[in-house]
Amino acid sequence: MLLARIIGTVVATRKDPRLEGKKLLICRLVDPDGNDEKGYLVAVDTVHAGFREQVLLVQGSSARMAYGCKDTPVDAAIVGIVDQISQDNG
Amino acid sequence: MYLGRVVGRVVCSIKDDALHAKTLLLVRRLPNGPVVVAVDSVGAGAGETVYVCRGKEASFAFKGEEVPTEATVVAIVDSVESVQI
Amino acid sequence: MIIARVIGNVVATQKDESHEGKKILLVQQLDLEGNPLGDPFVALDAVDAGVGDRVLAVQEGFSAMTSVGHTDAPIDAAVIGVIDVIDLVELA
Repeated sequence: MLLARIIGTVVATRKDPRLEGKKLLICRLVDPDGNDEKGYLVAVDTVHAGFREQVLLVQGSSARMAYGCKDTPVDAAIVGIVDQISQDNG
Repeated sequence: MYLGRVVGRVVCSIKDDALHAKTLLLVRRLPNGPVVVAVDSVGAGAGETVYVCRGKEASFAFKGEEVPTEATVVAIVDSVESVQI
Repeated sequence: MIIARVIGNVVATQKDESHEGKKILLVQQLDLEGNPLGDPFVALDAVDAGVGDRVLAVQEGFSAMTSVGHTDAPIDAAVIGVIDVIDLVELA
């Protein structure tokens, strides 16, 4: 799973019919301290995440285990909104 | 999948049984990528432009066989028309 | 999924049978500013996208295969949406 921050949305009218009704959000990957990392993903929202929120992402075939994503062409899904991260930096 | 050029072949006498009688090609990712070993499924040869399927799906090029490959040449490219961005 | 631009068409006569009758596209991933990111890749088309279109692409087997109507086929990438609008709240 990955940590990310929601920074935008994508709208596509012509798309695979199984994506209809799904919200596509642009996610910038972040480290546990909230700093931006390289890369972004377009992910399907399954938890009603909003702009600037920090979220939990699943990638690959596991993304289809997220709510409502069974048998859909989804390779990245947002499955949680992060409240807090605690770290022990040794 | 990605475009590649066949730059050579690899011969192994000792290999997994499922790779028996399969051609192993050396393919350079275009334009300037690394060279990988890919199993041939279409009869490609040296110098040809091809495209390569990678990952688990690569083994699906051999129907009904469980071939241990993570890169398979699945097409010989006749032409590419592309624009620069 | 990633944001990408269709930059070309690939013609191949000799190919896996699951690719027959499909449009084979050369696709370039874009960063959020719209600049090219990494090397172009080859994807099958599921939504009748054309050169110049900004698209959504998947690079995962099941998603790619089923979007063009196959299972157990050597397809690892597909174009599954044509993007109308990208709305960014910040350019990070």
